[in-house]
Amino acid sequence: MRVGVITFPGTLDDRDAARAVNRSGAQAVLLWHGDTDLKKVDAVILPGGFSYGDYLRAGAISRFSPVMNSVIEAAGEGMPVLGICNGFQVLCESHLLPGALTRNSDLHFLCRDQEIEITNNMTPWTTTFSLKERIVIPLKNGEGSFQCDDKTLAQLEDEGRVVARYVGENPNGSRNLIAGISNERGNVVGLMPHPEHAIDPLTGPTAQGLGFFTSILNSMVK
Amino acid sequence: MSLDTVAAAQSSPDTKQPFAELGLKPDEYARIKEILGRRPTSSELAMYSVMWSEHCSYKSSKVHLKQFSEKAPKSAALLVGIGENAGVVDVGQGYAVTFKIESHNHPSFIEPYQGAATGIGGIVRDILTMGARPIAVMDPLRFGPADAPDTRRVLPGIVAGIGGYGNCLGLPNIGGEVVFDQTYAGNPLVNALCVGVMKHSDIKLAKAAGAGNLVVLFGAKTGGDGIGGVSVLASETFDSSRSTKRPSVQVGDPFVEKLLIECSLEIFAEDLVVGIQDLGGAGLSCATSELASGGSGGMKVALDKVPLRDPSLSPEEILMSESQERMCAIVEPHKLPRFLEICKKWDVTVTAIGEVTDGNRLEITWNGELIVNVPPRTVAHEGPVYNRPMAQPAYIDKVNSQKVKLSIPHTATEIKEAVLKLAAAPNLADKSWVTSQYDKYVQGNTIQSHPEDSGMVRIDETTHLGVAISTDANANWSYLNPYQGAKLALAEAARNIATAGARPLAVTNCLNFGSPEDPGVMWQFAETVRGLADGCLAMGLPVTGGNVSFYNQTGTVAILPTPVIGVLGVIQDVRTRTPMSFDTAGLDLFLLGQTYEDLSGSEWAFLHGERTGQAPTADLAREMRLIELLLAGHAAKIFHAAHDLSQGGLSAGLTEMVLRYSVGAIIALENVGVALLSESPGRVVVAIDPKKVSDLRELATTHSIKVEKIGTTGGDSLTINDCVIDLDELRHAHTSTFPRLFG
Amino acid sequence: MAKIVVEVMLKPEILDPQGNAVASALPRLGFSVAKSVRQGKRFEIEVEGEPTASQIAQVEKAAEVLLSNPVIETYVVRVEK
Repeated sequence: MRVGVITFPGTLDDRDAARAVNRSGAQAVLLWHGDTDLKKVDAVILPGGFSYGDYLRAGAISRFSPVMNSVIEAAGEGMPVLGICNGFQVLCESHLLPGALTRNSDLHFLCRDQEIEITNNMTPWTTTFSLKERIVIPLKNGEGSFQCDDKTLAQLEDEGRVVARYVGENPNGSRNLIAGISNERGNVVGLMPHPEHAIDPLTGPTAQGLGFFTSILNSMVK
Repeated sequence: MSLDTVAAAQSSPDTKQPFAELGLKPDEYARIKEILGRRPTSSELAMYSVMWSEHCSYKSSKVHLKQFSEKAPKSAALLVGIGENAGVVDVGQGYAVTFKIESHNHPSFIEPYQGAATGIGGIVRDILTMGARPIAVMDPLRFGPADAPDTRRVLPGIVAGIGGYGNCLGLPNIGGEVVFDQTYAGNPLVNALCVGVMKHSDIKLAKAAGAGNLVVLFGAKTGGDGIGGVSVLASETFDSSRSTKRPSVQVGDPFVEKLLIECSLEIFAEDLVVGIQDLGGAGLSCATSELASGGSGGMKVALDKVPLRDPSLSPEEILMSESQERMCAIVEPHKLPRFLEICKKWDVTVTAIGEVTDGNRLEITWNGELIVNVPPRTVAHEGPVYNRPMAQPAYIDKVNSQKVKLSIPHTATEIKEAVLKLAAAPNLADKSWVTSQYDKYVQGNTIQSHPEDSGMVRIDETTHLGVAISTDANANWSYLNPYQGAKLALAEAARNIATAGARPLAVTNCLNFGSPEDPGVMWQFAETVRGLADGCLAMGLPVTGGNVSFYNQTGTVAILPTPVIGVLGVIQDVRTRTPMSFDTAGLDLFLLGQTYEDLSGSEWAFLHGERTGQAPTADLAREMRLIELLLAGHAAKIFHAAHDLSQGGLSAGLTEMVLRYSVGAIIALENVGVALLSESPGRVVVAIDPKKVSDLRELATTHSIKVEKIGTTGGDSLTINDCVIDLDELRHAHTSTFPRLFG
Repeated sequence: MAKIVVEVMLKPEILDPQGNAVASALPRLGFSVAKSVRQGKRFEIEVEGEPTASQIAQVEKAAEVLLSNPVIETYVVRVEK
């Protein structure tokens, strides 16, 4: 199973995402922002980082990359897409996901081991988790506050499209403690915290992030 | 006014030039004329003035720093020593690691965010230019009093700048320091360390070799950053209708540097450069003269080819510009097309601006006219060398003869009060407010970071080879005895490497001092360097490079001498590293090393406004035996945890250990006040399984290190004799300070 | 040379922590004038000569698609000498 990992100029966690994909048993395929060729991957990950320096708005420039045209098309046809942190920002700017990520409410960049609860385990990225399972994975960003209008919020909640929620104190001011959401179809997921940094207790707080990557493997193998 | 060319300089020998405004002394100006056989052009004058400045030429420190080479211990691990952009050591398995620490003190006082950000940018480029992928950063920081209004102005900006730049580059921050002292009010110290890794065959040096090879400038475009001083030349040679507003603050763009890193590494991987230099202080003046000096000796540059952000810059300004994120490479002509292709892929601006020549002159033209024609070595390496006068300051004998007067706690209530007071002291309190603004996870190889004794990064995912780095300084001790202070800081940094189970290998240093024109400061500097050189020789650890920052003072009051020592070590398998603390009950706690009444220069003394007394005397032979004990114990797997004792003594050490995983300890101590507050060097607290005690005692005997059981782990309090401190109360004291001070 | 200016502000209902931080800092420095502060962005786009209606329309489109995020921001376009 092939999972694409996109590198935009300024992307930082692409190799970490690729490591996580390989660790899960799938094959990571590196994709370049300037190429429209998705190289026949079965799923795509938009990793974390500071693409284009977060200039203008985080993800605002990346969304116009040639590769994103292909991703938008493929997502429309049901390809699973996971956006992590900056990737989530790109997905919102591309309108593949609703809402927007804004500056953390206390204005500081925050790196901490964050407990989240998986609130939707039906997406191809979350099937190996049990519903309401709590895991600890790193959160590290300056613009992680999820915002949307009331109508969108109600829709996300009513349709069960909140994929993960922060447990405990709200780390960044996100509405309803939202840490991750999906699109209507459920194949596109945006997640603020970083599962790729929690695949080994040697280098991360836990290995509980691996579930996102084994889920996609299981979803395709079925 | 017309361009000041070499021809013009030859025909107008009596033109008055503003050499004094540019910082040159009359005898230095005379020497330049002697070297050139004529007066310098304004461009040449600008180059010499900045390259012969203290910051670039090390003119006050050279005579002392040569001890690092003269007294260098033989080390098979040293691949590149002092003199290059950064030192390189062999860590085994074909890997080479490069590391260096630098200062960006003055700019960070003026503009905290950009000063600190560009400090990170600069040190990262120094590592990149050696051919390495940068893999981690550390930031030892020093500020005025924690509750001073100016600290509240400066600290948040500096932390945000380090985080803002480092995080955007994708470099994990694996440690550092935050120290507060009145001495740094008005003179914050921002020292930045970077580590990089490469294969031996990747090492790049700063030399321009091979006549006909091209000089290629790539990275950001050049603007008027950091040229404040040289604009006096611009106003001399150009009319007043030009804008004279030239920013003196350098502004960094971490996104451009990230692209520069990826672009450079691809260029290195395809072996496309003969030599490379990054553009830091003195920009192009430095890069061209150093590359030319390092190679065949000759270089020709067409300055008008430099891509500009600001088209109104004069040639002098272009030469002086300190615009960030720029590198200069020497490329064989047949490799240039591929070089350009890679730059295009990463959208990095690139231009060939000159070529290496036979002969021994650096010639720079502007639109075909020769404006610089100098022997490059005279610019880059043969600057003035001062043997500044030094004299032991009067305060030394005075403070050394005064015994420090302190109240020592005895009763349970007094002990509790003292422990809580130290736990909450800004110098010892929990630093999460700072460290949570730094990404420690990016690249996925961070094994340990703050608050552990050292930062540790995995180098190889298959073999689990790793490196550990620690930075340490003790200005209180350096003030009391600069010679001993340097040795003690070196020993502490090396010990911090060994507690994790890594073997110390090499040293870098950042020497922060007041004005070298003050004989007392110069004496402090000379004693510090002598102590560090002697210490490195004794411990077998070569100095691979470093940085000197002078003029850290307000008016006539210099900062306390603050030599920051960085030590790098190697661990064969990061999975075996010893953490700083324990997460289970039932372990025995042992104190390794001897405790004396060493309260002078301690945090306890500092909190009571006492700065007198004598610094401890470093016993490096004993420190080395302790390091061997720690490594032997690590190899035999007898330690559950090992934590170095430094500022705050045993009190701080125990506080940090019990709060790390919220497992308490029951401690029994004689002469409890001194036992808790003394800062005798060469001490470590270890947690071990009771079954391994005899192994520990045997190792202690073999290595002649005193070892004493002080307690056991467990419970939800820190109990010392009959004093019980609830962990929640201790945690509250420890973690409330920074949020209270900085919001 | 005239310029077309685009000013982008967060929608009123969106939390503006930077504006709030500024509003808190002002009284600390002795400025008691502000009831509230909102922080936004200003883009200055230089064109040759006087901006034409077509150029202004282009900038408006750019404001909609790139310079602002309509989910959370509003914009205003004007010409300045």
